Amino acid sequence: MIREFTSPDVVYLMLAARWTIGLALVATVGGGLLGLLIALARILPIPPLNWLAIGYINLIQGTPLLGQLFVFFFGLPLLGFSVGAWTAVALSLSLYASAFFGEIWRGALQSVPKRQWEAGAALGMTYRHRFTHVVLPQAVRIAVAPTVGFLVQLVKNTSLTALIGFVELTRASQIITAATFAPLQVYLTAAAIYFVICFTLSQLSRVLERRLHGTG
Amino acid sequence: MKHIVYLYEASSILGSRREALTCTLRNLRQVRQLDYTFKFGAIWRYSDLILEGIVLTLQLSLITMIIGLALGLVVALAANSPRRLMRVPARIYVEAIRNTPLLVQLFIVFFGLPTIGIKLGADTAAVIALSINMGAYGAEIIRAGIESVRRHQIEAGRALGLTSYQTFRHVVLFQAMKAIYPSLASQFVLLMLATSIVSAIGASELFHQGAFIESRTYRSFEVYTLITVTYLLITLGLRTVFAGIYWAIFVRRPIR
Repeated sequence: MIREFTSPDVVYLMLAARWTIGLALVATVGGGLLGLLIALARILPIPPLNWLAIGYINLIQGTPLLGQLFVFFFGLPLLGFSVGAWTAVALSLSLYASAFFGEIWRGALQSVPKRQWEAGAALGMTYRHRFTHVVLPQAVRIAVAPTVGFLVQLVKNTSLTALIGFVELTRASQIITAATFAPLQVYLTAAAIYFVICFTLSQLSRVLERRLHGTG
Repeated sequence: MKHIVYLYEASSILGSRREALTCTLRNLRQVRQLDYTFKFGAIWRYSDLILEGIVLTLQLSLITMIIGLALGLVVALAANSPRRLMRVPARIYVEAIRNTPLLVQLFIVFFGLPTIGIKLGADTAAVIALSINMGAYGAEIIRAGIESVRRHQIEAGRALGLTSYQTFRHVVLFQAMKAIYPSLASQFVLLMLATSIVSAIGASELFHQGAFIESRTYRSFEVYTLITVTYLLITLGLRTVFAGIYWAIFVRRPIR
C-alpha cells in the first residue's frame, strides 16, 4: 500500500509541471488580450470607460484569487455552463492576470513623458499615429521587465488551483504524498521545480530590465 | 497523516459537491424548466461567524506582518553586510521564498515538518509559513527603504553636529519610513488576501469560516461570493485607513 518516494515519482511531478506551465501560458495569453483592453480603457480620454476599468482592477486586486477561483468554479454551472475544472480555472486565472497586466501596461503607457505626445502633435500626427508610432514603442520597452516579473506571480498562483482539484504540480504532489506518506520529500521536490521555473523568469526579468533601461 | 487524508478527502468532496449541484440543476431544468434561485438569506444566519472570520483574518495578518517585518529587518541587514557568510544565506532565503508558491511553503511546514518530528497545529503552522514568506518580501522593502535615503542627507546631519544616533532618529528614519510606507501598506493588503490560502490546512480565518458555512448550508456559490466580497470590503477599508495614516503622519506634519 504505502510505497517509497522514488525517481519515477519525481518524473511524475516534472510531468505534472507541464500543466502548471500550460495553465500559466493560457492565463498569460487570455489575460494579456483582456489586459490590453483594460489598459486602453484606463488610458483613453473617456471617463465612464476609465471608471469601469478602475472598478474592475479594484475588484480583482482587492479580493483573494482563491475566492475568485471558488466563485467561478461554483458559479459557472449556475449560469448554465457545465464546464470542467480546466475551463473554470483557466478563465479565472485569465481574469486575474488581466487586471495586473492592465495596471502594468497603463503604468508603462503613462510613464512615457507628456512631451512625447506633444512632439507628435507638433509634427501633425493624429492621436492614433502618435499612440502607435511614438508612445507605444517606448512603453513596450518599459513594460517588458515588470510583465515578465508578474509571470512569476502567475506561475506561483497556479498552485491555488490544486485546492479545487485541478491536477497540476501542487495537486500531483498531494496525490503522491497520499500514496507515499513522504510529504517533506515530495513538497520539497515540488518547491524545487517551481523554483527552477520562477527563478528563470525572475532572472530574465532582471536581465531585461538592465538591458532595456540601462541604455535609456 | 490524518491531515493528509483530510485534505485529500476535502478536495474530492468539493468536486463531488459541484457535480451534485450541476446534476440537480440539469434535472430541474429538464423537469420543470426551473432556474436556480440564489439564496443569500440562508447564509445570513451565519453573519456572526463571518464577523468572527474578519477579526481572525485581521489578527493573523497583523501577527504575521509584525513577525515578518522583524525577520525582514534582520535579513535586510544581513543582505547588506560586508561579510559573505551573512550575505549569501540572506540572498538564498529571499530568492527561495520569492520563487516558490506560498501554498507549497505552507504544506512543507504543516505536512513536511512532522515527519522530522516537528508537529505543529494548523494555526501555528499558518503563522510560521506566512511569517517566513512575509520576511522575504519585508527584507526587500526595507532594503529599498535604506537605499532610498541619500548619502548626503546623512552627511548633512553629521555636519550640523548631530550624533550618528540623532542623525538616524531625526534625519534617516523619517525619510526612510515615508519612502517605504506605501509599499508596506500595499504589502499588508496583499498579505491579508494571502492569508486566505491557509484555509487549505484548516487554520482559522475568514475563508475557513466560509468553508464551514458552506458545509452547513450547501450554498457553495453564495457563500464564496459573500466571502470574496467581504475580502473586498476589508481591502477597501484598510486602504482608506492607510491613506488616512499617511496623510496624518507625512502630509499634515508640522515642521519641527
